[in-house]
Amino acid sequence: MRQYRLIPRRSEERRARYRSALFLAPSVIGVLVFFVIPFCVVIFYSFVDNPINKEFVGFENFVRLLKNAAFKKAAMNTLSFSGTAVPLSVILSLMLAMVLESKIPGKSKFRTFFLSPMMVPVASIVLIWQVIFHFNGALNDWLSVFGVEKIDWLKSNYSQYVIVMLFLWKNLGYNMILFMAALSSIPRDQLEAAQIDGASKATVFWRIKLRYLSPTLLFVTIFSLINSFKVFRETYLLTGDYPYETLYLLQHFMNNTFMSLDYQKLSSAAMIMFVFMVIIIGALFFVESKFGRDVEE
Amino acid sequence: MSAPTLAARAAGKKRRAVIKIALLTIWAAVFSVIFLLPTILTITNSFMSPGEIASNYGAIFAKGEAGGKVFISERVNLKFIPDMVTLRQYITVLFKSPEYLFKFWNSVILVAPIVLFQVGIAAVASYGFSRYRTKTRNLLFFAYIVLMLMPYQVTLVPNYLVSQFLKTLNTRWAIILPGIFSPFAVFILTKAMRRVPKSIIEAARLDGASEWRVFTRICLPECKSAIYSVIILVFIDYWNMVEQVLILMNVPEKQPLSVFLSKINAGEISLAFAVATIYMIPAILLFLHGEDYLVEGITYSGRLKG
Repeated sequence: MRQYRLIPRRSEERRARYRSALFLAPSVIGVLVFFVIPFCVVIFYSFVDNPINKEFVGFENFVRLLKNAAFKKAAMNTLSFSGTAVPLSVILSLMLAMVLESKIPGKSKFRTFFLSPMMVPVASIVLIWQVIFHFNGALNDWLSVFGVEKIDWLKSNYSQYVIVMLFLWKNLGYNMILFMAALSSIPRDQLEAAQIDGASKATVFWRIKLRYLSPTLLFVTIFSLINSFKVFRETYLLTGDYPYETLYLLQHFMNNTFMSLDYQKLSSAAMIMFVFMVIIIGALFFVESKFGRDVEE
Repeated sequence: MSAPTLAARAAGKKRRAVIKIALLTIWAAVFSVIFLLPTILTITNSFMSPGEIASNYGAIFAKGEAGGKVFISERVNLKFIPDMVTLRQYITVLFKSPEYLFKFWNSVILVAPIVLFQVGIAAVASYGFSRYRTKTRNLLFFAYIVLMLMPYQVTLVPNYLVSQFLKTLNTRWAIILPGIFSPFAVFILTKAMRRVPKSIIEAARLDGASEWRVFTRICLPECKSAIYSVIILVFIDYWNMVEQVLILMNVPEKQPLSVFLSKINAGEISLAFAVATIYMIPAILLFLHGEDYLVEGITYSGRLKG
């Protein structure tokens, strides 16, 4: 009879581990070559005066960038856009998910409908947005019934709200799916127990559901934030290289800086955004680990 | 006033529940219309004749040209149903102006290799990540998550430097190569592969199967649906690409349709709806066919931890 060794020997285990590490090699090498190593160069560039002279200048590039009017404007616009769009998309998609979780008929049809904008390429849909939001467009036509003055929506101070709407249109479905999955994984017995104890709906929501949802809330917030930076696509395809000033986003700033190939500006801008993102993500993780700690095993 | 009987109270409760469901359904229906309308309008408008498009939207797209040549009404006429359904736009796009098909092809040859290789390499890597969860690998995986969460404004600068170094700037490789190694697919497939029961893998190993064999014969088949969902997600993301093209490959004739479509000039605006619809088709088909997989993939993406 053959003898099987149920617990492999140490050296064998280690060999298997090395061999499975080989599976990582192609991806890790690619990531190193295309992201990590050049990012080290970016860090280096952000601290020197220029790529040829390579003299260390400390934080001078950052100081200059933070004083740059175009960068400031782009950063403020992007912040105000993301600051509006992200919370709205989290709240609205949670609402959509809860509506679909309640027992309404045609649930799967509604899911399909809400998810469909995600699949439509931005380039395909900007035509219709143009028709709606143009000075001579449909929205002004509808509003004129109520006696509202015509305005060019994308060239007005409302332009950010328009873009927020386009963002929500495209992204709510994705977030909704995440919330639906999270809602359905809340243990039923907990909800029932609370109901028997006479807890109000609000209490159940705040004390139980939200606790279980907190990892998803974290992820949806982060993901919406990332996606909110992609709204450049809509903005660019609708308004081109030189949009109305409230639509001048960080990606526009980067594009223009790439045109002039100012390495110092590019590198320090990328660094600032990197640090900013790391802080935001770190903070969200921290909050989530405090708030949702007791539901994780 | 007498207290309502128990039965009456129960009936009232039930009626309230029915009304609530009805209101929620109406609410969902209104949202559905908002979500669907722009897409449907694009599609129906693609079946209109050039003349109809010009008279409907002339107020918008004829702007800038010397006025007075043609009379165009000053307001738009956003219409659902064409006066007369015609395939003329499609015939023009498909047979008479190869330019658009050419741009469509540009999209295909950019996106296909990215999807293929990103998912392929990610599948292999995710086996490495899920097979043993050592400290180093967890740390590495965390680095992948951080990289995945970085916006284009950050990653495009390193990508540009590499393309400059490899002299691939303004060629398709400048977009394809970084796309292949983008960590998104690794993230999702690792989540999926971690769910393959350890006992199956251990059993196969004890029976003498090599790591590669375990990967191809056990883990890949187990993760089939996750792989399909990742293919859909990566496809949509790149089918929609704008930022990379503007910075890494700013060559008009190589542009994919996702960028070129917005540059259609006023004279050809009637074609634009047909081109826009054609560009949607692959994405819509994938969606209709793989919606459940897509949902599964999104659900995987939602588990940042664990």
